[in-house]
Amino acid sequence: MPDSVTIRIDGQTVRVPHGTSVAAAIMMNGGFCRTSVQGEPRSAVCGMGICFECRAAVNGVAQQRTCQITCVDEMQVVTHG
Amino acid sequence: MAETRLHCDVLVAGAGPAGIAAAIAARRAGKQVVVVDDNPHPGGQIWRGSMSGAHSTSAAARKWLQRFRASGAELLSSTRIVTAPGANTVLAEHEGNAIHIHYDALVLATGARELLLPFPGWTLPGVMGAGGLQAMAKAGLPLRGKRVVVAGTGPLLLAVAAAFVHEGATVPGVFDQASRENITAFAASLLTRPSLLMQGAGYLATIKSWRYRQGWWPLCVHGEATLQSVVMTNGSDTVEIACDYLACGFHLVPNIELGALLHCRIQNGAIIANEHQQTSVANVFTAGEAAGIAGLPQALVEGEIAGAYAAGAGNQVRHLLRRRTALRKVAARMNHAYRLRPELRALPQADTLICRCEDVSWQQLQGFSGMRSAKIHTRCGMGPCQGRICGAAMQFLAGWEADTHRPPLYPVQLSTLLPLAAHDTTHLEESI
Repeated sequence: MPDSVTIRIDGQTVRVPHGTSVAAAIMMNGGFCRTSVQGEPRSAVCGMGICFECRAAVNGVAQQRTCQITCVDEMQVVTHG
Repeated sequence: MAETRLHCDVLVAGAGPAGIAAAIAARRAGKQVVVVDDNPHPGGQIWRGSMSGAHSTSAAARKWLQRFRASGAELLSSTRIVTAPGANTVLAEHEGNAIHIHYDALVLATGARELLLPFPGWTLPGVMGAGGLQAMAKAGLPLRGKRVVVAGTGPLLLAVAAAFVHEGATVPGVFDQASRENITAFAASLLTRPSLLMQGAGYLATIKSWRYRQGWWPLCVHGEATLQSVVMTNGSDTVEIACDYLACGFHLVPNIELGALLHCRIQNGAIIANEHQQTSVANVFTAGEAAGIAGLPQALVEGEIAGAYAAGAGNQVRHLLRRRTALRKVAARMNHAYRLRPELRALPQADTLICRCEDVSWQQLQGFSGMRSAKIHTRCGMGPCQGRICGAAMQFLAGWEADTHRPPLYPVQLSTLLPLAAHDTTHLEESI
């Protein structure tokens, strides 16, 4: 099993250790996950799929809880939705 | 999208310690067992695996996980139950695919979430749950060189703070809102259980005991796009601490949503169970935090009891009933020691958001009598989390009872639900 995987976050190539969650990848890349109803930046809070603050589009499916998804090669993530 | 239909003797909702113990017990009784879990890997929150190894899972956790894998129970990971379309049937979703599961008996081992309470700035990225940040660290978020303030309440705070130090973070302080008297009295009551005290002493040695402050809570945080500092208070003094993360959780809230949907009786925010871990619905059992916050040893014992009774093999676990009663007493002392102080109800300011999904402020919620009317007029609790965060907060802040739980329990793809509209439910039940 390779030590790292490469995903794309908002078009930018990001290399993360194997097993990293998409939410962790977004945060370690310096970004945030979504924009709130009033336009505030939001990122992961509960880390366990309850709060829905870490939502982003993953492989074209909108509103995914990124803390519950593990990065795999060539995954496409779009934040700020 | 594919649609799968399964039948099992015993369905277990949740693959944390309680669900794992239940599945093993039901398998031991010769039953066919399916376990559904929302997370990518079994173990729940407390046994969540760590990439770095810094949060090493205990030998006991490894033993239980190994027994679970060897048990022959079928695990459906990254799968969540969204509704219960017919008698003894749930509909689950996995990567956009529908799974109908028919069961003879069900064990609800849905665990707990952190209680997150609103204060000015709590929606800033970087403000997270205490267990929340630990879960993120286990999932690869690097904490080396980061300053992490730990706040809230409960025995979890010391454990997560020690884990952050092991990850290479600087922890300037661990602040528990419970008073020194309450925490000291609880610790003294554990003299009969020295292993727990030793564990606590180990955490204190890691974080340096003088950094552990009791009777302190967060007033607000500062920062523009991201967190810069947190202001802590003990009611008379305040101190501002620069930090990269605030890991703040106010103990735990049972995840009762699936039980409520199945009409199990709920009391004091937990699913009611009798001495056989049976709920008010005859073939539905419950175990662990969903049945009341009580910690890991209790979850394992209850899980084993629930799994055995769900499998019709209660005679195998009679020896555990007394142990559970003793553990319950410890849990009651813990929940009393870490009860929330009333000052926390004064933290939200007029513009502090309460509902994070719909951006509903504290001011907008004034004048409503409960969650239902607030929901209708402000959309509070109508977002994707379905009131799991703001509902629990409003229960503490204003005494509002949770609104009724209606399907779907989670946002779900339309394609998962469409087949339900195509059949009537009677037909659905007969076809399984």
